[in-house]
Amino acid sequence: MDHLLEMRNLSIDLYRGRRTPPVKLVEGIDLNIDKKQNFGIVGESGCGKSITCSSIMGLLSFPLSVGAGSSIRFQRENGTDTELLSLPKKQMQQLRGKEISMIFQEPMTALDPMYTIEDQIVESLRFHTDLSRSAMREAALEMLRKVKIPRAEEILKEYPHHLSGGMLQRVMIAIALINNPRLLIADEPTTALDVTIQAQILDLMNELRESYDTSVIMITHDLGVIAETCEQVAVFYAGQVVEQASVDDIFHHTAHPYTSGLLRSVTSLGGEQKELYTIRGTVPTAGQFSSGCRFADRCEHCTARCREAVPPLTEVAPGHQCRCWLHASGAEKEAAR
Amino acid sequence: MSQENILLDVQHLKTYFPIRGGVMRKAVGHVHAVEDVSFQIREQETFGLVGESGCGKSTTGRSILRLIEPTGGQVLFDGTDLCTLSREQLRLKRRDMQLIFQDPYASLNPRMTVHKLLEEPLLTHFHLSPKEREEQIQWIAQAVGITAEHLERYPHQFSGGQRQRIAIARALICKPRFVVADEPVSALDVSIQSQILNLLMGLQQDLKLSYLFISHDLNVVRHISNRVGVMYLGRLVETGSTEDVYRNPLHPYTKALLSAIPKRDPSEEKERIHLEGDVPSPADPPSGCAFHDRCPHCMGICKEQPPQTRELEPGHRVACHLYNP
Repeated sequence: MDHLLEMRNLSIDLYRGRRTPPVKLVEGIDLNIDKKQNFGIVGESGCGKSITCSSIMGLLSFPLSVGAGSSIRFQRENGTDTELLSLPKKQMQQLRGKEISMIFQEPMTALDPMYTIEDQIVESLRFHTDLSRSAMREAALEMLRKVKIPRAEEILKEYPHHLSGGMLQRVMIAIALINNPRLLIADEPTTALDVTIQAQILDLMNELRESYDTSVIMITHDLGVIAETCEQVAVFYAGQVVEQASVDDIFHHTAHPYTSGLLRSVTSLGGEQKELYTIRGTVPTAGQFSSGCRFADRCEHCTARCREAVPPLTEVAPGHQCRCWLHASGAEKEAAR
Repeated sequence: MSQENILLDVQHLKTYFPIRGGVMRKAVGHVHAVEDVSFQIREQETFGLVGESGCGKSTTGRSILRLIEPTGGQVLFDGTDLCTLSREQLRLKRRDMQLIFQDPYASLNPRMTVHKLLEEPLLTHFHLSPKEREEQIQWIAQAVGITAEHLERYPHQFSGGQRQRIAIARALICKPRFVVADEPVSALDVSIQSQILNLLMGLQQDLKLSYLFISHDLNVVRHISNRVGVMYLGRLVETGSTEDVYRNPLHPYTKALLSAIPKRDPSEEKERIHLEGDVPSPADPPSGCAFHDRCPHCMGICKEQPPQTRELEPGHRVACHLYNP
């Protein structure tokens, strides 16, 4: 296997009772994450980006479940490939927090208010290693210094409510990286933080990624964060990948109308135009997707064919995929655009 | 700045919250949420207030409307000092001043239909016949893009963007002259944000409104505001036209804040000014200039004396010792 993680045809079902068929919240997701890659997933709320990544960690719980025919293969530390979706619970626990770990959006709610920072960092060491108590403490201290927490020794003894949001997010990063994982999933790590703190955290994550050789999946709704940190980007819309390319292609050779709409509706710093560009309408709800392209109702370039059939994910340039009929039938349409 | 078209004149506004402790719950200290803030808003102008969370921008907005009682200072609205009005006089004035809240999920009563929600301000502020009320409701619903069938629905049946439209309609139905918009698009998705911003700008033209637009999103504030004020720890550190503040920021905090905005484009080169540490507690602000412990240009005087606000260019004011004559 060439990639660190290969996701094939992933779908996630929402159970709605015995008599009604389940709703597919995400469908047909294919992603490849390379070693040491910074992979961005961008989309609006409810597009399925978070549950896609929770399924990698095996964190989906009832009424959500991974649909039939899905596959997520992961290259383990010992070089073997593992199918994560069929991994027994015990083995998944061995992997989770060790080889794959996760940072959550709200550090204030993700940490346990009843335990000190030290307890919470050491917890994942205690589970995955057989270090002595003092060695674990030493490791925790060193990790806190690496995430640039001042007064690290005192902070170890403090509780989460003593610290600010930015500091707690650093603690979260320390917990996630302490076992030197191969893959780090960061679910909106800076959304709850202020801009100046966001800048600190993003720079810290970029730095640590270099020194740890970890691949990162960065989930965000903010194209600015993507531009700042990622190499490869997948744009999600209504439970599907609509465009996937390198970050330069996404920003400079945008193919899908949704992506270009998103880019144009961002209030820009150089913005002289008084009227902002808007994508009309709202995101469709899962279970009420049309039979054709899911973006058709909001798209400027919508044609009859868009309403009839789902466009395939086609390659518009090497390494650049797009799910749109505009690009499906070759060069003439490309020129017309 | 000509004097006649100033709608709102805030002078030395202060809002302190007591910290209570001990058995008798006596005030043992104060959180200086708003410390000596002065600015003016002209008619049909949008004044943007930016700053990080906890800097006092929302408290400023609410103190102006006296939803929180200010501790000191003056708020002159169209010539009358709002801080000295009695409850009844203030209630009559509130017709002209409205507030749009951040979270449209929390600010609409879930047990009222949209029609009732829109009717409520009319019942509070005006004596209208049912027919006149109906006309007003139809007019505002159309103005913000709510259809007639939506009027009989409840808030939970709408998406975030639609709810924010309802909240805007509710604020504007009494035809106010001044609206405080407290983070009106922060809870919305990017593609919906631009719809709401366009709506707010369109309504400003049609209804001749003035906005105090509070937001932590620097791009949004730049887009919608004519003039901008930057707040740090309860103090207004820099004010000026949007153009001046964004193109030529003077205060070190404004410079750092602007440099922290994520770049728009992966190829953009950006020099970032790093601020060390976190915002200090407003209960125990640093001596002298409140920003001195994080400022890259800190001098001896900064630790001792709070800086005076100076007008360096016409309309561009900054509070920083770097610009002492």
